[in-house]
Amino acid sequence: MSAAVSSAAQRVAIVGAAECDLGVTDKSILTLQSQAVTRALADAGLTLAEVDGIATNNISRFSATQLADYLGVVPTWTDSTFSGGSAFEMYLARATQAIQARQASVVVISFASNQRSARSRKLGGVHEPWIPEAQFEEPYDMLYPLSYYAMAAQRYLHRYGGTREQLAEVAIAAREWALLNPKAFRYGKGSLSVSDVVDSTMISSPLTAGDCCLVTDGGGAVVVTSMERARDLAKKPVEVLGYGERTTNTSFTAVADLSVPGARGAVQDAYARAGITAADVDVVEVYDSFTITAALSLEALGFCAEGEALSYIQDGRIRPGGELPFNTNGGGLSYCHPGQYGILLMVEAVRQLRGEGGARQVKDAEIAVAHGTGGILSTHATVVLGVDR
Amino acid sequence: MNAGPMNAETAGTAWVPGTVPAADENSAPFWDATRERRFTVQSCTDCGAVQHPPKALCTSCGSMEHLTQVDASGAGVVDTFTVVHRAPRPELSVPYTVARVRLDEGPVVLTRLEPAEPGERGWQIGDAVTLDWVDLKDGRSLPYHRSAATH
Repeated sequence: MSAAVSSAAQRVAIVGAAECDLGVTDKSILTLQSQAVTRALADAGLTLAEVDGIATNNISRFSATQLADYLGVVPTWTDSTFSGGSAFEMYLARATQAIQARQASVVVISFASNQRSARSRKLGGVHEPWIPEAQFEEPYDMLYPLSYYAMAAQRYLHRYGGTREQLAEVAIAAREWALLNPKAFRYGKGSLSVSDVVDSTMISSPLTAGDCCLVTDGGGAVVVTSMERARDLAKKPVEVLGYGERTTNTSFTAVADLSVPGARGAVQDAYARAGITAADVDVVEVYDSFTITAALSLEALGFCAEGEALSYIQDGRIRPGGELPFNTNGGGLSYCHPGQYGILLMVEAVRQLRGEGGARQVKDAEIAVAHGTGGILSTHATVVLGVDR
Repeated sequence: MNAGPMNAETAGTAWVPGTVPAADENSAPFWDATRERRFTVQSCTDCGAVQHPPKALCTSCGSMEHLTQVDASGAGVVDTFTVVHRAPRPELSVPYTVARVRLDEGPVVLTRLEPAEPGERGWQIGDAVTLDWVDLKDGRSLPYHRSAATH
């Protein structure tokens, strides 16, 4: 299984990574996209003229086409797969394959959102009227996506006997990391206590505002090319070692057990392609849309057994200095959450593997995992990244 | 937070649902039955599978020729739930409870539980529930669930 990715002539690497402006920008999506793309190319030491592959979404119905037009690029390969926050990990898998197949040589994967400035985020009512969910789910006024994660949390706590106080550690740890990241939305805002999380405004039980990710502008981009070319470029290449994905549901009712997400299959495939196990991973970036998402992802990634995530994360294990460096930029909970956070997982993983993490740098990080989740635990995509060896 | 009153627990008219889109060719038999407050699920006469919501094909055997709506009790148990405290549309009173209920007939449905927060115990996963109805302005009715213990 690993041959496709690792055969010497076919190795693929991320060579550039950057954020666009974050937080409250008062800028348009295409300005933020332009920032992300040009900054990531500059980071790589490449120019727009060298780009022949584009993967993005969230711009318009024709997102990759729109961005290509806007940038003045005529790509030989594009992808606008829409799968929410895991899309960017999927794009990296497809970009790797496109480069191996020689359909593209330099691919830019990008995302930007101005959802906070534009006040474009809604609590519910997101379904097209012609899909079954509009007739059979939306009339019950569940919050989307929040109520699904809330019901997953309720199910998980019931099944395994955990507490909301234990779950709050995900948000507390994320804040500790954010305090080390000057770009984090909550940088300088102080530590969180258990009470800060569990006693904040209840939104959709058992999840409070403190269990929910931020709503900010932001985004980023990564530049992908062959390892052969990567070695001539500005920065230390970060190799794509493996990837995997699962797509499980759009509806609130399709999955039999909400405490068993499709993430597990995605992770197993990614580890198998990379030839690694959880024990080999030095730094972990997961989409923490809600505290429960991070807990479920930790189990799927194999760092602890099913039902043990909440006891596993106690005693500072995922805080700075802890045994498992986890969401080292502060995550969607305390750093930045522009809607489809998956691109920023990869930006941070690249920085950690290059040793560019500053105050939050994980010592000797050689293998990183980025794991995105989209929709309502709908899509799950994992990538394994490593330093060039 | 919207500090609206707890919804009246008058049978069947506990809250005013939002707009429910018109049925399509697959869901019309389901919605037609709701005009008589009959709850139905889709059954495949070829392989025997039961599914909900209604679709153009049986996801067990792939048949598009053997699907029919059959009467069901609509009773079941609470698989999981959430008490919503911030409403997605202004007409709603909070809190209200949204749940996944595993029907005795097999499928899992999304539903609302009334009353929103019954007594000190509240809703619990595993609670037995029965079907009730709220009428829509267009003559259809929307199913939801109440505790089997107090109904």
